[in-house]
Amino acid sequence: MTDAFIYDHVRSPRGRGRPNGSLHEVTPIDLASQVLASLRDRSELDTSKLDDVIMGCVSPVGEQGSVISRTAVLNAGYDQSVPGKQLNRFCASGLEAVNTAAAQIMSGQSDLTVGGGIECMSRVPMGSDSGAMHADPAIAYKLYFAPQGIGADLIASLNGFSREDVDAYAVESQRRAAHAWDSGYFKNSVIPIKDHIGQTLLDKDEHLRPGTSMEDLAGLKAAFEMMGDQAGFDAVALQKYPELESINHVHTGGNSSGIVDGAAAVLLGTREIGNSLGLKPRARIVGFSSIGTDPTIMLTGPVPSAEKVLRRCGMTTRDIDLFELNEAFASVVMLFMKKLDIPHDKINVNGGAIAMGHPLGATGTMILGTVLDELERRDLNTALVNLCIGGGMGTATIIERV
Amino acid sequence: MKTIKFAVDSDGIAIATVDVADKPMNVITPEFMDDIAEVAERIRNDDKVKGAVITSGKSSFMAGADLKEMVATFDQRTDAAEVYAWCRKLQQAYRKVETCGKPVAAAINGTALGGGLELALACHYRVVGNDPKTKLGQPEVQIGLMPGAGGTQRLLRLMGIEPTLRLTTEGTHVTPEKALELGFVNEVVEPGREIEAAKAWVMRGEDATPAWDQKGFKVPGGAGLMNPRAIQTQMVGTALLQKATNHNYPAPIAIMSAVYEGSVLPMDTALDVESKYFTQLLMHPSSRNMTRTLFLNKGAADKLARRPEGPAKKPVAKLGILGAGMMGAGVAYVSAYAGIEVVLLDMSAENAEKGKDYSRGLLQKRIDRGKMSADKAADILERIHTTDDYSKLKGCDLVIEAVFEDRKIKADVTAKTEAVIAADAIFASNTSTLPITGLAEASGRPDQFIGIHFFSPVDKMPLVEIIVGEKTGDVAIAQALDYVQQIRKTPIVVNDSRGFYTSRVFGTYSKEGITMLSEGVNPALIENMAKQAGMAVGPLAVTDEVSLELSYHVMEQTRKGLGADYKPSVADDVITKFVKELGRTGKKSGKGFYDYPQGAKKHLWSGLSDHYPQTAEQPTPAEVRKRLLYIQSIETVRCMDEGVVTHPADADIGSIFGWGFPPYTGGTISFIETEGLEHFVAEADRLAATYGDRFAVPASLRVMAEKGETFYGSIGAKSKRSAA
Repeated sequence: MTDAFIYDHVRSPRGRGRPNGSLHEVTPIDLASQVLASLRDRSELDTSKLDDVIMGCVSPVGEQGSVISRTAVLNAGYDQSVPGKQLNRFCASGLEAVNTAAAQIMSGQSDLTVGGGIECMSRVPMGSDSGAMHADPAIAYKLYFAPQGIGADLIASLNGFSREDVDAYAVESQRRAAHAWDSGYFKNSVIPIKDHIGQTLLDKDEHLRPGTSMEDLAGLKAAFEMMGDQAGFDAVALQKYPELESINHVHTGGNSSGIVDGAAAVLLGTREIGNSLGLKPRARIVGFSSIGTDPTIMLTGPVPSAEKVLRRCGMTTRDIDLFELNEAFASVVMLFMKKLDIPHDKINVNGGAIAMGHPLGATGTMILGTVLDELERRDLNTALVNLCIGGGMGTATIIERV
Repeated sequence: MKTIKFAVDSDGIAIATVDVADKPMNVITPEFMDDIAEVAERIRNDDKVKGAVITSGKSSFMAGADLKEMVATFDQRTDAAEVYAWCRKLQQAYRKVETCGKPVAAAINGTALGGGLELALACHYRVVGNDPKTKLGQPEVQIGLMPGAGGTQRLLRLMGIEPTLRLTTEGTHVTPEKALELGFVNEVVEPGREIEAAKAWVMRGEDATPAWDQKGFKVPGGAGLMNPRAIQTQMVGTALLQKATNHNYPAPIAIMSAVYEGSVLPMDTALDVESKYFTQLLMHPSSRNMTRTLFLNKGAADKLARRPEGPAKKPVAKLGILGAGMMGAGVAYVSAYAGIEVVLLDMSAENAEKGKDYSRGLLQKRIDRGKMSADKAADILERIHTTDDYSKLKGCDLVIEAVFEDRKIKADVTAKTEAVIAADAIFASNTSTLPITGLAEASGRPDQFIGIHFFSPVDKMPLVEIIVGEKTGDVAIAQALDYVQQIRKTPIVVNDSRGFYTSRVFGTYSKEGITMLSEGVNPALIENMAKQAGMAVGPLAVTDEVSLELSYHVMEQTRKGLGADYKPSVADDVITKFVKELGRTGKKSGKGFYDYPQGAKKHLWSGLSDHYPQTAEQPTPAEVRKRLLYIQSIETVRCMDEGVVTHPADADIGSIFGWGFPPYTGGTISFIETEGLEHFVAEADRLAATYGDRFAVPASLRVMAEKGETFYGSIGAKSKRSAA
């Protein structure tokens, strides 16, 4: 098997996913194109050498429809010989795109690829593509569908995580993210996004709320209580989890991932093509796995996907220096730490989506890059990147520096 | 044509009048299906006919299908293709009416339900007489079915997804005014002018192509999964539906699916889809169960199927009630409401007045909600005469005692009452625990002594259990039943035994839950699985509501009554511990199995696990559910074996309307038939081996299973055993 190496990665800053967000005026195709252009320019890449550009996108409709990666390739001025494909594994799309781009290399079918992701949640709202899973009555009924927030609260209830516990996690995420930004840990990978006349619109994640305290968070309303109670989803979830008397709704806007706009891309290739293009490999893709879990609680994929990829790679959690698990909700990461006995100082060390936001299709790419930068900064070796996924799935990737 | 009169008037308008012979209301019979198809042919082919009006020759327009035939369909036809062909027949006949090429209007002169309303929907224009008593709706879901003659698809195309789902998944009916507002009728006119108005529309000679058969038609409000409103309706609607049905009722979700899938299809394909969902429901046991118990058997019980034929009908003109507590007060209310003069007697006139206050409160609520005039409420209250004087009972046709559950007190009031009432008056006890035969020993005329067991709250609970003591005579049974009919409740007739039928079987349910708690089963799992099985309240919650103290009292009474025959149970120990050691006596005292914090939702007492630590290995949810349902059915079979209940219909009705055994099962006996006797016996054997003798399979059931018999299949033989 050929090794797939990471040569570079870039990401946009994350703009608030609302009409007042700094990236709201940027079309998804423009945002994706700026990221691809930057990836090319940083390495002075001859794009005619690229075999494929694969981008994750969770709501590939409207502005994000019709294979946005191919459109972005053309719009970014890549050589027209470069194809593009778009894939969707919900929240892990950005990581799955990297895995797939790596897989093409590892299988010997490509030499140089880009894996990335895009989601402008302020312009193409979550759920815009709809789907049988939640909206076809027979299917939603058969699968006991409940929205992800209910699953997050269900995880907390089953594991005894209190509101204070999840808020404390969120406070720490904010603290770490602010510290990382202040210390310049992200500066090499985040590119400024510009408007039509070349002015910078945003060069920093703007969802952060540095200095967030427990008191600040305590005042927030449980976000999924009404949905659980009045829309019937608590009852549906308890039908699947009858061991619980009730669901304790602990998640709020403050301890859940933020809705943001963003894009990211990773350049992958064989050792040979790196040599020929004068690129220095930064890390190797050791392995990756995806797995399916109960769709109702939905967010318990990270533990089994991590176990699966570790098993495949002949490793244990002790072989991993840093973990990066998307902070979709505080309880998701807390469950992971609890089940796999991961100390907090080894996971999400520079904060995560609670502080900086979760641009669905792009997050997987972003956190892979974030943890690679951090391995380099700390001069550590291995990392496991992982996300919980809609529909009850998990995708995990292990990288090691070279 | 036998069921439809067809005449063409001088204007060239055909008037088709549905009038199914020998039926009080028009129902859909096999002849009608042929006739309505022929009507469509005649309208289409007769050049003299310019258009048509379809109306009814009865005071109502048309009710739905003949349900006896529906039940037979489940039991006789198992081939989906055959059932599909059968249920397409009416739907396709209606489609012929709709596509006959000439304008057809429905003149709806009264209630139109189910297949009746669907006939009107297949017409191009609907006129309805403005009588608020006219009911328009699709109630099929209430017996486990769905509209199958185009109802889901035409309502959808007339009103949109959301209003269609509301009307069809809840099975509610609406008034003509409301139907006009919703948009599924076109015109509301003065009663009696329906045909005239319908004809006037036909005479206008408008295009007879339905809107949905024309190019570019769109479902009002939008449809399909790219329409945000439709998505929201379906996503939240499906969750709420699961909350309401616990996945036990296939009909509501089938309706939702037919509407969802049909909303993006052309009409003929959409009708196909409707038929396929209808076919599945018709072949599902829940529709057979619900139709049989909730409609056919309940209907027969309401018509007093178990009444002895001999004694003449004798309504109660004056009723005596002893004890103005909660039960007595409730009985007074429902009786006075039904027009009966009531003497409400208690130890003091003041207490009796308190009992009357219950009626005052309920009536005031009706007045406040605009459901009753103040005058009518005053009339009802005037019929309730409160007293502490036994001589006031003179002239009562029936006296019901609802005093404390104590044999001595009951004997005392029996004697005092019999001293003043007429020789032919009936005396009834509302006891729920003490055998009637024993109580009748205090009576000088035990043949006129009977049990009339009400359920609490009396004004809400639809069932009355009539208990026949050893010496109770036919006249007492007949008159007790006549009285139950007077107050518009549903009677079952059972023979005497401790706890009779309903309390006895229901007791096994709460006890099984308590037993599981003592075994270390997670109490949330017990309560949730009871609710998921379709029981209204979990066994622990219901014990709290009844009060642990009362359970303790009943247990003590039974222990005394039975002496050495008393079989102690694990649940007894739990109840004793809660009442005697822990002082947790139930909901009223704010603490039982649950805590009841003020102003907040109740929750399971956190101390439960201290006394009954949860085992590491918990049973599967399915096993918990099975124990809770099987124990009730097994006890019901014992009741039938002992002759306490003599007919499976009574057992089924009593279980659903008496203590809320889940309706989709059809009742405790139908549940066994649904499981399949052979399977039920095998599972019960396993449960008995695992959990104890209370699950032991009665020999009679084992024999039936071996012979391949069913309870309802052998009704003839069983009912001969009837003591009632």
